Parts: sequence; C-alpha cells; structure tokens
Amino acid sequence: MATADNAQVLSRFHGDEGDLIPILQGIQGNLGYLSEEAIREVSHFLRISENHIFGVASFYSQFRFSAPGRNSIKVCLGTACHVRGGEILSHQIERDLGILPGETTADRRFDLQRVACLGCCALAPVVAINNDIFSRMTVMRLKKTLNEYA
Amino acid sequence: MHSLKTHRTAAQEKWHELQSSRVPVIYVGTASCGRAAGALAVLDSIRKTLVEKQLSARIVEVGCIGPCYLEPLVDIRLPGKPRMSHANVTPEKARYLVTAYLTGDKPPVRSAIGHHGEDGSAFADKVPRFFDLPMMKPQVRVVLRNCGMIDPQEIDHYLANDGYIGFTNALRKGPRGVIEEVREAGLRGRGGAGFPTHKKWEICRNAPGNIKYLICNADEGDPGAFMNRSLLEGDPHAVLEGMLIAAYAIGASHGYIYIRAEYPLAIVHLNKALAQMRECGLLGKSIQGSGFSFDITIKEGAGAFVCGEETALIASIEGKRGMPRSRPPFPALAGLHGKPTIINNVETLGTLPNILRNGASWYRQFGILGNFGTKTFSLVGKIRRAGLIEVPLGMSLRKIIFDIGGGTAKKFKAVQTGGPSGGCLSEEFLDTTVDYESLGAAGSIMGSGGLIVMDEDTCVVDVARYFLDFTQKESCGKCSPCRVGSRHLVELLEKITRGDGEPSDLAKLHNLGETVKRGSLCGLGQTAPNPVLTTLRYFRPEYLSHVTEKYCPATVCRALLEYRVVPEKCTGCQRCVSVCPTGAITGPRAEVHNLDPSKCIKCRACYEICRFDAIAGDAIVIRSGRRVPDEQRA
Repeated sequence: MATADNAQVLSRFHGDEGDLIPILQGIQGNLGYLSEEAIREVSHFLRISENHIFGVASFYSQFRFSAPGRNSIKVCLGTACHVRGGEILSHQIERDLGILPGETTADRRFDLQRVACLGCCALAPVVAINNDIFSRMTVMRLKKTLNEYA
Repeated sequence: MHSLKTHRTAAQEKWHELQSSRVPVIYVGTASCGRAAGALAVLDSIRKTLVEKQLSARIVEVGCIGPCYLEPLVDIRLPGKPRMSHANVTPEKARYLVTAYLTGDKPPVRSAIGHHGEDGSAFADKVPRFFDLPMMKPQVRVVLRNCGMIDPQEIDHYLANDGYIGFTNALRKGPRGVIEEVREAGLRGRGGAGFPTHKKWEICRNAPGNIKYLICNADEGDPGAFMNRSLLEGDPHAVLEGMLIAAYAIGASHGYIYIRAEYPLAIVHLNKALAQMRECGLLGKSIQGSGFSFDITIKEGAGAFVCGEETALIASIEGKRGMPRSRPPFPALAGLHGKPTIINNVETLGTLPNILRNGASWYRQFGILGNFGTKTFSLVGKIRRAGLIEVPLGMSLRKIIFDIGGGTAKKFKAVQTGGPSGGCLSEEFLDTTVDYESLGAAGSIMGSGGLIVMDEDTCVVDVARYFLDFTQKESCGKCSPCRVGSRHLVELLEKITRGDGEPSDLAKLHNLGETVKRGSLCGLGQTAPNPVLTTLRYFRPEYLSHVTEKYCPATVCRALLEYRVVPEKCTGCQRCVSVCPTGAITGPRAEVHNLDPSKCIKCRACYEICRFDAIAGDAIVIRSGRRVPDEQRA
C-alpha cells in the first residue's frame, strides 16, 4: 500500500537530482516519515545512492526516519517563545509523556518535536498539536490540552 | 490575449461594489497569527450567528494588519458607515457583536478600538481612527499597505488597489530604466546585509547567457521573525509583482520562491495567486504582449536555517545538502545550475511595485540619506504591544519600542536586533537610529527584521546560550571554526548558566567568538558569535554575577534557582500540592505547606498555579540566592 503511494509520488517527477527534496517531502507527506524501503525506491528512481539520499535528508530538520505518533506535538522554541518560557513547556511534556524530543510514545498517541519558530511570536509561547496552534500556553493549560487528543 | 486593462476595470467595479455594499461587511483577520489566537473559531461563530438569526452580511477574510496582541480582530462595516475594529474577539463576543450591529438600533461602537473612516466620524462616537492608535500612528505602511485591508486570495482586490501598475510602468521603462529607478530610490536588500539592490541586478543583467534565474528568498529562518510570512499571507501579489519587475530588469526567464515548509498558509495563498496571475496573463510567454516571458515555481524548504544564505539556498534547490560555497563567483554571475542568478528577499521584492508605481523620489521621502525607505519588523518578546510593524529607516529604537510597542511591563533591559545573528543592545543604545550603519557600529546588525525586547526578567546569559545553541545546531559543519567553535561557545555558556563558570571563561568566550567570526565562510558563522560578544560587552556584570556569586539576577537559570513557600502568605489551599509532579510540596489543608528542595525539579507548575489560581497568590517565590565566592569565605 505504502509502496503504491510512493510510486504515485514518484510519477509526478522526471527524475532529476533537483527533484530529490520535493520527492522526499511528498513521501513523508504520505507515510509520515521516510522509511528505509522508501529511500530504496527513491534511490532506484533517481539513480543516486541510498547513502547520498540519507545524507541530504538528514541535513534538513523536516525529515524524520521513524514513524510518527497519531498526534504530533510541536513546541515552539523560537526566541520569543524561549523568553516567555517555551523550554518549561517542553520539559513538562517530556515529563508527562515520558519521551524526549524526536521520540514517539509507546502507544503511538503522541510524538514530540521542538521547532525553531512557527512565526506566531507575538502570541508566545506557542505549542502546536497537529494543525492546531495554541497560543500563550501555560504549564497549567498544557495537561488539559493534551487530554483532548486521543 | 488577456488584457490587464479589462481585468482591472472589472476588479475596480467589484471593489467599489464591496466598498459601497448595501449589506454589512464583516472583516476577519485569518492570517496564521490570527488563527493561533482563535480566529477560525470566531469566523465559525460569525457564520453560525448569521444563519441562526437569518441575517445577511458579507464576510471578507483579510491578512494581518499588524497588532498581533489584539488578535483575533473583527471589523464590522454597516452600509454607509465606517469600518469599526474590535479586538481580542472570542466566539461569544463575535456572536454578540454581529447580533448587536446587525439587529440593534444602537451598534456597540464604543467597544471598538478604532475605525477606518473619516477623522471625527460622528458614527464612530469618539473612537479614534485605527491608524491613529499609538501603535499605528508612527508607522509608515508601504510594503504592508494592503495587509489586513484586502482579501489576499482575490487578485481583483489587489488590482483594484493599483496592483500591477508598477509592473506595467516597468515594461514601459525597459530593463535599464527599471534598474536606474531602483538605483535612484536607493533600495538596499532587506534580507539583512543591505547590499544595494540595483548593483546586484546590474551584474546579473550584464552577465552573458540567455538563461538567468530569479529566486525569492522566503526562507525566513530567524526564530522570532515573521515579517515575510505576514506579507506573503496578507498580500502575496505584492511579492509576485515584485518578482515580475525584478525578473524583467535582470532578464530572468524563470523564478523560484524558496519558502519554509513551516508556512503552509503562505504556500496556499501563493499557489492561488500564481493561478490567478496565469488567468490574467501575468505569467507565461510574452506577458501582456511585451515579449518578456517568465514563470514561477514554488520550492518548499525543508528546514535549515543556513539555507537563508544565498549559495546554500541554491544548493538546496539543486537537491543537495544546503551547504554554502565560497564566493566569488557570486550567484549573480554563476548561481543556480551555474547560471546567473539573483536572490532577493521577500520584503525587497514587496517594495519594488511601490517604487515603480510612485517613482524613486516618492520613495526617497521615507528614511534617511543612505537608508531610504521603510523596513518591516516583528516586534516581540516582553513588550506590551507585540506585532508586525513598518517604520521609516532612521527611527530610534526608543521610538519603536516605547511609542509603537508601548514599552515593557517590567523594567526594560535589552533588545536583540537581527535575530540569532544580531546583537543584544542595552538601554544606553535606545537612541540608536535603526539603519544599517548605526546598528552595525553598535555591534549588531539590521538583519531581516526581528526585534526581540527583553525586560529585567530575561537573563542575557541565558539568551546568549539560547542563540548559540540555535546557531550551533544549524551550523552546516563545513568550516571547523563554526562547527567546533560554536559548540565550545555553547558549552562555555552552559557551564556559566549551570553555576560552574570561572572568571577566565569570559575571556575564553571573547577570544573564541572572535575566532569563529573571522574563520567562517558564510554569514551564519561570521555572525553567530554576535549575541555572546555583545552581551559580554554590554552586560558584563550579569555574566560576573553568574560566575562569581552563582547568582542569576533575572531568576532564569534553573540550576541557580530555588523555589520557596512564603509562610506568611500561604493559606494552605493545596492547589500547589495537587500539581507538583514530584511530590515535593506537602502539607495538610489550611496549614502552611512545606517544599522539599531536594525533590523539587523547578518545573514552575506550583508557581503558576499559586499566581493565577490559588487563594493566596504569590505564596510561592522563585529566588536566586547570592553565594559568597569561595575565596572570600575563608
């Protein structure tokens, strides 16, 4: 199933090296991450080595190499969020869920990422869960907010 | 052949019809920042209210008008009356406003914060004009002129507001004439370095070859900056028209917009805008019969701060690791795929239509000699009125922070200009004017426009550590001074914030910082040490108190803090006991609670609940105790 989706992504491209990043973005958009199998398929398609692809992908913070949780938490640690306590929120989530940034909970309910800036600096500190952005987040509200995601 | 003239006439009619609408018009700011504040729920509530009460009104979704601290903003305009702005609207408040305005005989205008009508409008009932508010009045809106005023997803709104007139003028002037106009306007690159735009263009124009590229740099990676996002979301056609003008001037046949994947809404608006341009014959072969052919592709960045650097950005578009290369050759001669390439920042491009529409001398009325024009800033941090602003260059930091931003709630301490590459300036620099040279002389940079304000509760050592931690992680690793040096800078700063610092560490920081600056290839490494070097220079006593007294005056550095219960204030309400994740706080109801420092992980939960939810309030304090230096103890 996943392979069929990947093939569909690949069919949109001609196979130039310049397509590598958009291809990886497309695959991650489908799968949620870059699996070893997917990287192998891209390697055949573009005729570049898996090593090379991994080298490019690992350079960019957007790409992940393990399956994400059902809900993705992004804690913004941009400057404005930092001075308004984003770090404290991140620690709180790490403690509550028992995971570190980049990890997924064992039940795959949540994964946690720290991001550089979501561009909502005037409303800092900001936490995003999936596509919902929560502004002026506090330690107190955090727990309640997380409970709303199954 | 689609004539722009026909489109414009139709657009103007449509716009006029909206302005003189016989049904009420409701404007909702739904840019990312508005959404984060809950604008979509507000929009939903407005729609539901209209249906339920069987009222008719037109809803226009607009971009960000600037004062993010007032979001969500909802404006209501009754037929023939000025548009009234209401701030911090909740779904409930939206319901009330819509009902009261549309059905009541006395609309609640007094609760508005501003109006967009004539000065002294009787209807507005002493509510000031929106653009006369303290935050708005000192501003000059050139680039942001349409943001918050038009629907960014309607090319007709842009066309009706003199959109693409700058481009039409450019076609009349010819490429050389455009370059000359931009030279006369004195426009300098708004991405940070301030290189004269026309110079770069001229090099590219004169470079041999038929294939040339234009790239719009929308990789706004500075944490704490969102000017480009706001412009792309709120008025995408302004940037796209700027791309047409720039491409025409340099002779480019293809353009790219390199935009952060973290800006999904901006990408949606851009894609829509590109489709509309095609419909109006503003992209493709021989645009408007001029013989000038141009098309634009969107490239989503994959998250790498260094890709804001020109050569790294090019490598990334080529599908490689985004690592900078040494220059020369400059991209203007050999850039993307080895062809002459111009990379202009979003704001630079957004300025161009205004210059070409109104002329260079009009543009030169803003700003000061050598620094003409306006600059957008995102004014954030510990500031009362946070948001997106645009001011003429040459305005003092004091005016920006205190007159526009309303100052800080607590005592002002510092302002960081230029994001992680910039410097942290203290109070004595408040009268510095904001221009490329003055900020440079103070040890900072203009940068792309992030202004982060800090008050006495912000620890500058922690801020320096934060920025260095960021640049260290974003260093591409090519140059060892940057790769290794930034790492050591972070380690030294961590050591100091942990309370293990020694006086000799300050000299080490300074020397290492200078080495990294001098030994790095690209702008990232060359500027990365700025936050450390400027804070060392202007806030040395704060470093010294961390190092010698193990004392953090701002009570930020966790290792140097202590949480305590103030027995006189504690009412024993047990709220803190219930939130403490480690069971460090104990005590029966109605008795003073006990906080065991050995169990406390300094998570701040008890402090927050005591401040906001508990009966006592402020019974939990966070303190940093001064420690006597060892040598004095003996």
